[in-house]
Amino acid sequence: MTTSTGTAVTTQVYRVYIKATPQAIWDAITKPEWTERYGYGGLSEYDLRPGGAYRAFASQAMKKAGAEMGFPTPDVVVDGEVIEADPPRKLVQTWRMLMDPDTAAEGFTRLTYEIVGGKGGVTKLTVAHEVEGAPKLAVLLAGGLEETGAGGGWSWVLSDLKSLLETGSPMDAGNPLNQG
Amino acid sequence: MTVRSPIFRFVTDDDRVFKALADPTRRFLLDQLFARDGRTLTELESELEMSRFGVMKHLRVLEDAGLVVTRRSGREKLHFLNPVPIRLIHDRWIDKYTERQVSALADLKHELEGETA
Repeated sequence: MTTSTGTAVTTQVYRVYIKATPQAIWDAITKPEWTERYGYGGLSEYDLRPGGAYRAFASQAMKKAGAEMGFPTPDVVVDGEVIEADPPRKLVQTWRMLMDPDTAAEGFTRLTYEIVGGKGGVTKLTVAHEVEGAPKLAVLLAGGLEETGAGGGWSWVLSDLKSLLETGSPMDAGNPLNQG
Repeated sequence: MTVRSPIFRFVTDDDRVFKALADPTRRFLLDQLFARDGRTLTELESELEMSRFGVMKHLRVLEDAGLVVTRRSGREKLHFLNPVPIRLIHDRWIDKYTERQVSALADLKHELEGETA
């Protein structure tokens, strides 16, 4: 959130404890039938091997919201490449937000998911997003544009994921971005 | 604790967060990380008139509440602010009351405009 350089400053770390198995969380991250049910609600497509492609597609709701705000939404809203896939423990990938020309121009960032099972059926999910050289994306991911209808970034997505896996329904059933 | 509601066992995470936030030093540490994330203990300590051990104890409480997450970077242990527990509290507690306020205002508006159903 500052302009200083260094990996520390330009990494965002989020952690959430979810009462679900590591496999359920892995599936929720990597399978389209799950990714459309929480957060931004786009369908994700992963080729889960090093060098494999990652693409997240715009939901109808995203396209509608974009049109209302006066900009076209591309079919693929996020793209990237898998660097490491160790199901259901660790996923490292590159990640580029294409929804907005400014964030698209900032290029690829590096995203790591770590999933650690614990006692009592509670699993720890840690997301580390390295956003060096992507200050605009960093603001979006930190939820800084939530008031503008751009969603609440990672903490919003992860809270919604927790709700979905623990209760069977997403947190914000009334959120237009979830109505995909 | 004397509360014997079945819901109570789900509330313990919130308890830890509220307890962690109920201390000015710990809120100061979170503000420091909000301003610049990914700091070492030495950096955080330099902002406070407190022993290293004291700061470590506070960071421990914040970590137990999930508000601070540490990661290794080379030989350094870096502290990151994790906003997710605050988000969960916000969704669970704050929204509930602000929504009511908003809907009360909306009702008032309808009433004043003569639109009550």
